[in-house]
Amino acid sequence: MKIMVTVKQVPDTSGKVAVNEDGTLNRASMQTIINPDDLNAVEEALSLKDEYGCKVVAFTMGPMQAEPMLRELLAMGVDETVLISGREFGGSDTYATSQIIAAAIDTYGIDDDDIIIAGRQAIDGDTAQVGPQIAEKLHLPQVTYAGEVKKDGNTLTIKRMLEDGYMTVKVNTPCMITCIKELNDPRYMNFRGTIECWDKPLTIMDYNALKDHELIDATTIGLKGSPTNIYKSFAPPVKEPGMILEGSGKETTDKLAHILTGKHII
Amino acid sequence: MILDKKHAMQQKLFRQFAETEFTKELQEELDTTGAFNWDIHNKMAKYGFMGVKIPVEYGGAGGDYLSYVVMNEELARQDLVLSIYANTSNSLGGGPLLLAGSEEQKKEYLPPVARGEKILVFGLTEPGAGSDAGGTTTTAIPDGDDFIINGRKCFISGAPMADWIIIFAKTDLSQKGSRGISMFIVDMHLPGVSLGADEKKMGIKGYPTSDVVFEDVRVGKECLIGPLNKGFQYAMRTLDGGRLGVAAMSVGVAQCALDEAVKYAKERKQFGRRIADFQGISFMIAEMAADVEAARQMTYHAAELKDANDPEAGVACSKAKFFAAEAANRCAYKAVQIHGGYGYIQEYKVERLYRDARILSIFEGTTQIQQLVIANSLLK
Repeated sequence: MKIMVTVKQVPDTSGKVAVNEDGTLNRASMQTIINPDDLNAVEEALSLKDEYGCKVVAFTMGPMQAEPMLRELLAMGVDETVLISGREFGGSDTYATSQIIAAAIDTYGIDDDDIIIAGRQAIDGDTAQVGPQIAEKLHLPQVTYAGEVKKDGNTLTIKRMLEDGYMTVKVNTPCMITCIKELNDPRYMNFRGTIECWDKPLTIMDYNALKDHELIDATTIGLKGSPTNIYKSFAPPVKEPGMILEGSGKETTDKLAHILTGKHII
Repeated sequence: MILDKKHAMQQKLFRQFAETEFTKELQEELDTTGAFNWDIHNKMAKYGFMGVKIPVEYGGAGGDYLSYVVMNEELARQDLVLSIYANTSNSLGGGPLLLAGSEEQKKEYLPPVARGEKILVFGLTEPGAGSDAGGTTTTAIPDGDDFIINGRKCFISGAPMADWIIIFAKTDLSQKGSRGISMFIVDMHLPGVSLGADEKKMGIKGYPTSDVVFEDVRVGKECLIGPLNKGFQYAMRTLDGGRLGVAAMSVGVAQCALDEAVKYAKERKQFGRRIADFQGISFMIAEMAADVEAARQMTYHAAELKDANDPEAGVACSKAKFFAAEAANRCAYKAVQIHGGYGYIQEYKVERLYRDARILSIFEGTTQIQQLVIANSLLK
C-alpha cells in the first residue's frame, strides 16, 4: 500500500497579487507557498502512514523552483517526491495538467491498495478540476470534498461535505480523494526531518520519461495544447464588511425593512 | 550572514511553530500562573525541539549550533520563557553528559531527554556560589562505592519538573577553589532530595525555579560524570554553549521589542500624526534595528565558530552573550518608551518583554562575567 499525493506550488495570494499585461499571473514577483488544501491532503496521507506504516509519495508539476517545497514535504514525513518538469509541460491548463500528472502517477505504478489524495482546489486557479480529471483519466473511482476518511481493509468510508449537508460514500481502492481543509490540521515539518529531507529521493520526470505513455499527446499538453484561454486575471475586490443591526426586535426589524425598501428589494 | 537552505528551512519551521502555537492566551497564562505547561512542552517534543543538538545515536536530531541558535531566536521572538522550554535539554541539561559522560550514561539519560519524556536540569549555583562557582560548598563524600551528597543548590531553573539534575560538588575537601569539584547526575526522586519553594520571579514566569536541597543523598559511582575532582572545567565548558543559547534568546527578545515598537509607532497618533513621523521615535527605532542586527551577526558568528571547533569560540560566545543581552535590554527599554503609558500596562506585550529581558544579562554568566572573560582573553 502506498499513498500518492498531488501538490501544487502557488503564489501567496494573501499578499499583493501581480498580473502580467497578457492577463496571466506574474508568478516570479510573488512569494510561493504550498497550496493550503494540498497540505490537508499531505496530512491525511501522513496520518494514514502513521497508522498503517505505508509509503507516501508526493507528485507536483512545475519548474525546478518547486524543489524547496518538495523538500519541506519530505521534512514533514513524506517518503519520496516526484517533480514533473519539462519545457513541453509549461503553460498547461487543468485539462493538460491532469493528463500529464495522471501519466506520471501511472508510470510510477498504481497497486490495488493504493490511494491518491489531492487538495480540493488551488488558490491561484480555484478550479477544483485537476483531482477529478486525474481520476477520470486513470479510470479510478473518485470521492471529492472529503471531510472525514476511515479505512477498513481496502474499503474507505468517506464523508463528503456538501453545501447543505453531507454524504457518506464507500469506495474501494485504488481510488482518488480530494479533500477540504476541515479534514485535518496539517502538521509542521519535524526538526529531524529538516536534516534528513536532503537525502530523501526526489525524482524528476521530464517529457522524455513520459512521452511514450498513452495519455501523453504532444498536441494536447503545454500552452498550445490547452483548450483554456486566459482572458484576464485579477485579484477579487475586497468585500465590504457586512452590516449588523443592533437594538430591540421591533427597532431592528423596522430598520431592516427601511434598508430593504430603500434598495427596492421589498 | 545568509542562512543556507537547511538552516533557512529550520528557521521557517521554528517561526511557523512559534507564531501559531505561542498564542497570546498561552503567554498570558504562563505569566499569570507561573506554572509549567506540559501541553506545549509535549508538542515541542513531538516536533523534535528537545533533541535539536543531541546526536542521532542518543535519540536527538544531530543539529549543529547554528540550528540551535536559530531555534532559540525564533522561539524567543514570540515568547522568551517558551524558548527556555526547548533550550534546557540542548544546553545545560544535555551538555555535561555530551562533554564528559560515558557511553552508558549517554545511552541511558539522553534519549528520554531528547524525546522530552524526562527533564534534566543543571545545578551549579549555590547561595554563596554565583559568579564565583568555585565557591561550591555542596559535598559528595566517598562511602565505599557510593557518594553521600549534602548541600543546597539555588535558582535551579526547571527543578520542580525535573527527573534528574546535574550537580557540582566538592569531592576533595583538601583542594581549594575550583579544584576538587566533581560532576554527578542525581535522580530527583531519591530519598534526601527536596525542593525549596518556587521563586517569585520578575519575569520568565511559567518555567518554575527553586532551590534543590540534598540531605545525605546516596548515589552510586555510576552517577559520577567525567573524571573525579575535575568537574569544574566541564561546568565552564557547558556554560560556553549555554551563553550562546542565551545570546540567541536575546536576539529574539530584541527583535520582538523592535517588531512591537514599529507596529505601535505606525498606529499611534499624537499631534495629528503617527508617532513614527517624529524623529525622537524614529531614531530610537533605528538604534534598535542596528542593535538587533549586530547582536544577530555576533551570535551566528559565534555559532559558526563553535561548529568549526575554533579555539576562539568560547570568547566569541561571551562577546555575543554580553552584547546581545545588553542589546535586548536596551531594545526592551526603548519599546516601552515608545509605547509611553501603555507600555507600562500589562495588556501590552512590551511590559512583559521588559521584565523578561532583565534575566538575559544575569543568567548563565552576568554581563560583567562575560566582560571578564573577554578582557582576560586579551590581557593575559
